[in-house]
Amino acid sequence: MKDVRRDAWVLRDDGLAALVRELARDGRQVIGPTVRDGAIVLAEVDDAAQLPHGWGVELAAGRYRLVRREDAMVFAHSAGPQSWKAYLHPQHVRRWTADRNAGGEWTVRGEDEREADAVPAYAFLGVRPCDLRAIAVQGRVLGGGPGADTAYRRRLDRTFIVAVECTDPGATCFCTSMGSGPAVDVHDRGYDLAMTELLDEGGHRFLIRAGSDAGAELLTRLPVEGAAPLTESAARHVVADAAERMGRSMPPVDLHALMAGSMAAERWDDVASRCLTCGNCTMVCPTCFCTTTEDVTDLTGDHAERWQRWDSCFDLDFSQLHGGPVRASGRSRYRQWLTHKLGTWHDQFGESGCVGCGRCIVWCPVGIDITEEAAALAEETGQPENRGSVQAAESVRHARQEGGGRR
Amino acid sequence: MASVLATSPSGALSRVPSVPVPYRVVRRCPETADSATLKLAPAGETLPPFVPGQFAMLCAFGIGEIPVSVAGLPVGEDALVHTVRTVGAVSDALYAMAPGATVGVRGPFGTGWDLGMAADRDVLVIAGGIGLAPLRPVVLDILGERERFGRLSVLIGARTPADLLYKLQTKVWSAAADVAVTVDRPAPGWSGSVGVVTRLLDRAVFRPANTVAYVCGPEPMIRATARQLVTRGVPARRIRVSLERNMRCGSAECGHCQLGPVLLCRDGPVIGWHRAEPLLTVPEL
Repeated sequence: MKDVRRDAWVLRDDGLAALVRELARDGRQVIGPTVRDGAIVLAEVDDAAQLPHGWGVELAAGRYRLVRREDAMVFAHSAGPQSWKAYLHPQHVRRWTADRNAGGEWTVRGEDEREADAVPAYAFLGVRPCDLRAIAVQGRVLGGGPGADTAYRRRLDRTFIVAVECTDPGATCFCTSMGSGPAVDVHDRGYDLAMTELLDEGGHRFLIRAGSDAGAELLTRLPVEGAAPLTESAARHVVADAAERMGRSMPPVDLHALMAGSMAAERWDDVASRCLTCGNCTMVCPTCFCTTTEDVTDLTGDHAERWQRWDSCFDLDFSQLHGGPVRASGRSRYRQWLTHKLGTWHDQFGESGCVGCGRCIVWCPVGIDITEEAAALAEETGQPENRGSVQAAESVRHARQEGGGRR
Repeated sequence: MASVLATSPSGALSRVPSVPVPYRVVRRCPETADSATLKLAPAGETLPPFVPGQFAMLCAFGIGEIPVSVAGLPVGEDALVHTVRTVGAVSDALYAMAPGATVGVRGPFGTGWDLGMAADRDVLVIAGGIGLAPLRPVVLDILGERERFGRLSVLIGARTPADLLYKLQTKVWSAAADVAVTVDRPAPGWSGSVGVVTRLLDRAVFRPANTVAYVCGPEPMIRATARQLVTRGVPARRIRVSLERNMRCGSAECGHCQLGPVLLCRDGPVIGWHRAEPLLTVPEL
């Protein structure tokens, strides 16, 4: 009997149709990359033909262009404008409703469970390693700790995740220096199936392996064949090669310490002279989680609802106290975003809030580059190179490659 | 689907609910021209117990929700006492509430003042303006167990005599504590101190190395007071300050209450000056 849990398998390119079909047969709404409006956007996929066969993207600071590839690769494009938080941490959520009777008494009904149960069980197809990390990072903020029962956790627990390793990083990608890609961490429990897309003399195919019992079970229903050692090494090679072709990198310093030591830096004035404080970076960031709430009533005034929606630390209202906003200047708001993402996130949640996906660079209308800003701060403050962190990133990568060898 | 809230036999909820729990205004005392103290009692379910220093999210129906520290926890009752100053739409609505009105309450949230730290030590309670409200239960608790603590000084600052909170009560406190009051701008008939609250420290009697200070007020007042205390030899760790930021959720999920590394709804609002000092010296943090 084949050990589907341990072994790696090969799914031919036409097997993607079976994968989509089986996920839908399980009653799941399959969400994957599609081409729309000149971009790779996440949308419901009911046929593998809707995936972006032969499409790639060209990325630069403040620039995103969809391009035709010369091959038929399906997942050879880096992060699009959306991330999976659109599904796991929706933009607009009703938290509760309340009715007030003639005597002024309230009846309050929580919405968490109703809302989470009403959404379909998703299958995410094509989650990149950076986004897989982002889902875990957001889960540690919104998941409420071990054993907790939050809407985020309920949505995530119901979701089937097919991760796809990155073989064609964009010019704005820097996951290697954040230790979050381009390989899927085999020790990561955050996925059900992981695939590596291969297109070479052996044909167009996917190395596929299970990361959970649900993934292993699904594998038994797919037209897979055992993977030859050569195929496995080819998959390792294309991912390792992607790590070498990463478009950008963070400066090799302790970013947590860099941010803590940069509060008074002059660079903040420089970046504030360019930043429009539009908040695009926070909207596209796969880990930015901030929300605000709004209470609304119907015309009678006796039915009230609380809605939660995404908020941005670039908004003046975000830090509003009686008397005005705490962070009135653009300088202080950009500083809040960057020092939180790369620095104080460690203090608050025990890890970095950046996964190196590069979306904030691409979708910044004036092309502010988070890696460039971090490097400028490191230079201005004389933050020493931290060989330790570089070596740690290297060892993570080696461990992944060795882990790959054990598959 | 109604929210499922675990309730203990006493009727108190065992965990902080994510929806407001209806409480009723059972008493309203006007304090100043723009503040009033509300006593709230459960209309049905009771929230888990609060400790002084913690805050509740108070919701005015259909208007919104604001964080308000507890200003009193009557012994032997499930009631919550809050003093509200009108500074926005929600606080305006709460201020205007008459007995019988319903308020939605979530909580308890955040850290307490940690009175255990003050056992056998001299205690300084230093308040600026509405900052006296969260400190009121500290004074009441100490007065209730007077022998557990050393000398108690309550130093109160306000903009004008008309802005002083709890005027009658503070007179009563002076029977068992050193109470000193100062105002920024005197009015006709005012014969007390004029000037910032830190000046009252000159007259307060305490053993700096064996003192705990509880401080709340506007940020500049907190900064000036804590620095004075450090200069006089009070250890930074034993200067407890209550800080304020925009708050939305109370459960460290919305990101609003960040003060650098600190999420004030979870790690605060009461923190030691040794942690607060480097944060309050960064403009616009």
